[in-house]
Amino acid sequence: MSTLSIFYAVLFYVATLLLVVGLARKILQYMRSPAPLKIPTTPAPTTSTGVAYRMAREVVLFESLFKSSKWTWIFGWMFHFGMLLVLVRHLRYFVSDVPGWLLAIQPFGKYAAIMMVAGLGGLWARRFLVDRVRYISTPSDHLMLALLLGIGVSGAMMTFVSHTDIITLKIFVLGLLRLSPQPLPESLVLMAHLAMVATLMIIFPISKLLHAPGVFFSPTRNQADNPRERRHLADWAAKLEK
Amino acid sequence: MAVREFEVAKLTGEIKVPALQEGTMAGIKGFIANEKIQEALGYPGELVEDWHDKAISKMGELLGKYRSLQVFMDACVHCGACTDKCHYYLGTSDPKNMPVARQELMRQVYRRHFTFAGKYFPKLVGAKDLTKEILDDWYSYYYQCSECRRCSVYCPYGIDTAEITMAGREILDSVGMGQKYSNEILGKLQRIGNNLGLPGPAIINTLEGLEEDVLDDTGIPVKFPLDVKGAEVLLITPSADFFSEPHVESLIGYAKVFHAAGISWTMSSHAAEAGNFGLFIGSYENTRKAAMRIRDAALELGVKRIVVGECGHAWRVAYSFWNTMIGVGDGADDEFGKKLQDQLDHSYPQPAHICEVTHDLLTRGVIKVDKSKNDDRVITFHDSCNVSRASRMGDTPGGQFTIPREVIKMVANNYQEMAPGTTHEATFCCGGGGGLLTDDLMEVRVKGAQPRMEAYKEVVDNNKVNFLALICAICKAQFTKVLPYYGYDMSMVGGVHQLVSTAIELPGLGEGPAEAEAAGDE
Repeated sequence: MSTLSIFYAVLFYVATLLLVVGLARKILQYMRSPAPLKIPTTPAPTTSTGVAYRMAREVVLFESLFKSSKWTWIFGWMFHFGMLLVLVRHLRYFVSDVPGWLLAIQPFGKYAAIMMVAGLGGLWARRFLVDRVRYISTPSDHLMLALLLGIGVSGAMMTFVSHTDIITLKIFVLGLLRLSPQPLPESLVLMAHLAMVATLMIIFPISKLLHAPGVFFSPTRNQADNPRERRHLADWAAKLEK
Repeated sequence: MAVREFEVAKLTGEIKVPALQEGTMAGIKGFIANEKIQEALGYPGELVEDWHDKAISKMGELLGKYRSLQVFMDACVHCGACTDKCHYYLGTSDPKNMPVARQELMRQVYRRHFTFAGKYFPKLVGAKDLTKEILDDWYSYYYQCSECRRCSVYCPYGIDTAEITMAGREILDSVGMGQKYSNEILGKLQRIGNNLGLPGPAIINTLEGLEEDVLDDTGIPVKFPLDVKGAEVLLITPSADFFSEPHVESLIGYAKVFHAAGISWTMSSHAAEAGNFGLFIGSYENTRKAAMRIRDAALELGVKRIVVGECGHAWRVAYSFWNTMIGVGDGADDEFGKKLQDQLDHSYPQPAHICEVTHDLLTRGVIKVDKSKNDDRVITFHDSCNVSRASRMGDTPGGQFTIPREVIKMVANNYQEMAPGTTHEATFCCGGGGGLLTDDLMEVRVKGAQPRMEAYKEVVDNNKVNFLALICAICKAQFTKVLPYYGYDMSMVGGVHQLVSTAIELPGLGEGPAEAEAAGDE
C-alpha cells in the first residue's frame, strides 16, 4: 500500500478522534455550566413539549433567521439542507449493503451538492456586498466558506465531471471502519476533497462550527417560560440562601 | 467631562438601515462611579492596578457560572442577522453598536484567553489581548446597550447581547470601572429601599398629598396606604411613581382600581421600589440583595398577594427572577421558598402585574368605567422591551401583548397600532433602558429613540395619535425628555393606568367598596 494511502488512513483516524473528543468536551462543558436564571426570549413556550417544538423549528426551519433576513435565511437553508442530503447520500460508502431508501435518495443527494454550493456562494457574496456583514467578517469566516466551498465543488466534480473509482474508495472507507486500512484510489480531486473534509473535522470543535451543538444549549431558546410556577435555582445561587 | 453637542435626525416616518460610519459614538461614555458608590456595592473604588489579570479571571468565573455566556461566546458565526436590529445602530450608524460587534468586543478577548484558535492563531480568528483601549471600548459600548434583547429575537442561536453586556459591566465593576448612574441608584436602593433615596416620612408626605388631590378631584377618599399589616395586596411600584410626571398619574390609577374593587392593599416604606438596577449591571448578588427587601416586607406585613406597578425591567426581575432569588412565586419545596410561599394566596399569580389585576377586574365587571372620558385621546401603545421579550402576563405566551392592549381598549375608544415590526416581540426600546437614563448619555438616548420615534411619527401623521401609552417608568421618563427633541410635546406621554384613572367610575361614599368586594370575592 502506498505511503499516501497510509497517510490518509492516519489522517482520518486522527481527525475523527479530535472531532469526537473535542465535541464531547465542549458538550460536557455546556451541560455542566449552570443557567442560574430563567431567560427565555419571550413569548416562549410554557412546557417542555413546547420547547422541543420551538427548538425543532429553530433547527429545521431556522425560524429566527427567517424573521431576520430573508437572503441569509434562503442561502443558509440551501447550504445546510443541501449539505445534510449530501451527507446522508455519503452513507452509502460506509455500509456494505446499501438499503433501498438510501438508493432512493441518491439522485436528490447528487443535486443537493449544487444547492449546497449555491447557498455557500450566496453567503460568501454577502460578506462582500453588505457593508455591515463585511465589517464583522474575519479572515477565518472567509477561510471557512472557502473550505466548505472547496469540499462542495470537489465533491460535485467527482459526481458530475470526472468520476472517481467509487469501488476502491468504498473499500478504503470500509477498511478504515474495520481497522484494516486499504489503498485509496489515486485521484487528485478525491485527495483534495478528503483532505479538506479532514481539516473541517479537525477544526470543528475549536471554531464557530460550535454553533451546531451550541444552539441546543442556548438558554434563550431551550428554557420553558414558567418562572412563576416553578422555583428555578442553580447550585451556586442556592448557596447564597445558607 | 463635557457632554458634546449633537444633531437630531429629522423624522421621515420610516425606519431605514444606515450605511455604517465607524467611530461616530467612540468615546461617548457616562460618568464613572466614585469610590464611595463602588465600595457600597462591594467593588473596588477605582481602576485596580492588575486590572488585566482581574478582568480575565472574572471572565473565567462568569463563563463557569453562566451557560448563556459560555454558549454565546462560542456560537456566533457572524451571519449578520442582528446587524440591523439594534436601535442604537439604527440611530447612530456606529458599527460597534451592531449587536454582533458589541459582542465581539468581549469575544475577541475570550478567544485570545480561552480558546485554542485564539491562543495560537489570533489574527486569523480576530482574537485580541485585553488592552486598556479595549477596556475603554467596553465601558463606552456596554453602556450604549439597553439590554433590550431585540437582537436575541433574530439570532438563529438565540444569542442575547444583554447577557454579554451584563457580563461586560460586571467585569468592569470588578476592576473598578463602574457607571455612576446605575451604581449610585442601586446603592440607594440597597441602603434606603428605593431608587430616589426617599426616606419613609417623605413617602408618607407624598401619599397624603395624593389622597388630598384625588379627594379634591373626585370627592372620593381614595387611600394610598403605607406599611399596613395584614393588607391583602402588597404593591411594589417604581419610586418614580411617587414624584415624577406622568408616573404619578398611574399610581393614582392603581389606587383607584384597588379602591373601586374593594381590595385592601398597602405599599411598603422598606421596599418602596420595583426597579432593580442590579439587573442592569448583571450582578446576581446585588440584584438579589436589593430584591430581598421585598421578601422581608412581604413577610413582615403578612400580605397574601404581591402586585407590581408599571415598570419594564422591574417586571422582568419580578416575573422571571423573584421566584429564584427571593421566593415570590409558586412551586418551592425548600425551606427558604416555602416560608414565603405558604403565606401567599396561590389562586392568584405571584407576583402579578398591575395590568393583569386590572384586566381581570374589568373583564369580570368588578370595576366599571366610562370610556368616553378618554375620547379626547387617540392612543397608541409602546411595548416595553423587558415586558415583551423577557416576561409574560396571563396564562398564555404573548399575554404581555394582549393584556395591556385589552385594558386600554376597555377604558378608551380610540386606539391605533404602530407599524408591524416595531411592536410586540419586535418592539424598539425607548432608548433609555438598561441604565442609560442619565443626562450624560443624552446623545445615546436621543439617537437610540429614533426608530421608535419614526414609528410614532407615522401614527401621529396618519392616525392623529396624541397619546403614547406606556407601562414602564423608564420609558415614561425617557420619552418625556426625548419627545421634544423630535418636535413633540412631552404631555403626549402617559401610563396605561393613567387612562384607567381617567375612565374608572369610583363607588361613592358608603356604597361601592363593600358591594364591589362581594362581587370580587368568588
